[in-house]
Amino acid sequence: MNVLASLLSGLVFAIGLAVGGMTDPNKVLSFLDVTGAWDPSLAFVMGGAIVVYAPIYHRFTRRTRPLLQPEFYLPIRQSIDLRLVAGGMLFGVGWGLGGFCPGPAIVSVASLRGDVLTFVAAMFAGMLGVYLYDRSRASRR
Amino acid sequence: MPTDFTPILSTIGGVLIGLSAAMMLVLEGRIAGISGIIGGLPSAPASERAWRAAFMGGLVLGGVVMVLLVPEQFGSNDAAGTGTLVVAGLAVGVGTRIGGGCTSGHGVCGLARRSPRSAVATVLFMTFAALTVLVTRHLL
Repeated sequence: MNVLASLLSGLVFAIGLAVGGMTDPNKVLSFLDVTGAWDPSLAFVMGGAIVVYAPIYHRFTRRTRPLLQPEFYLPIRQSIDLRLVAGGMLFGVGWGLGGFCPGPAIVSVASLRGDVLTFVAAMFAGMLGVYLYDRSRASRR
Repeated sequence: MPTDFTPILSTIGGVLIGLSAAMMLVLEGRIAGISGIIGGLPSAPASERAWRAAFMGGLVLGGVVMVLLVPEQFGSNDAAGTGTLVVAGLAVGVGTRIGGGCTSGHGVCGLARRSPRSAVATVLFMTFAALTVLVTRHLL
């Protein structure tokens, strides 16, 4: 049941990304090109998602538990630290260079285009690198 | 390389993303943050791997369906060569993991939750993405 819910959520997410235009790196770069031929369309993707999600989030998390799990698993970290700041900046540079953020990149793998596959392989390598780095630091302590 | 302004289609896409994130919250009690769900796969306990893999499977399956139905929604980055794409992918992979989220976890869910961490991250990645495009498209 949990696996099915996650699969369905991922499926709807992918359809939303493709319909909204997030899977077209040219559109992403035009959205980020505020001093050029700016195409603000993708602000409507973010806006539409937040307008739908925010009221559901704030109403539903007042309940004691979700429908299929015993408790909520929500982020608890509050600190604005160096990792958050450096990570945000680094992600921005990568998004501006490649035109892909993680979701649309994975959804676009189905196109089997070389640029997408190259980007996704490098992205997974970067994610794995952080995991290995954190693990080696944790084991040294 | 200007692109068409598509406010209606993009809003529909956004609403679907919002519904997907709501589904994840209401059913599973989790945040639909893509880099966290997928990047957390290797460190997650075995009992947590199935739902993460299933979410990723849903993304890939949705991609297959949409590539077949609307291939025109999948453009390519003609401006970036292989080296640039490798650097971009590494930056996105490392940046989203140390920054604790991407466009979905920080940009959509985090802003909706009014998380200060997500607000800082979103302002930073938006600003640096726009600055990067400014440099590559207009200054180089």
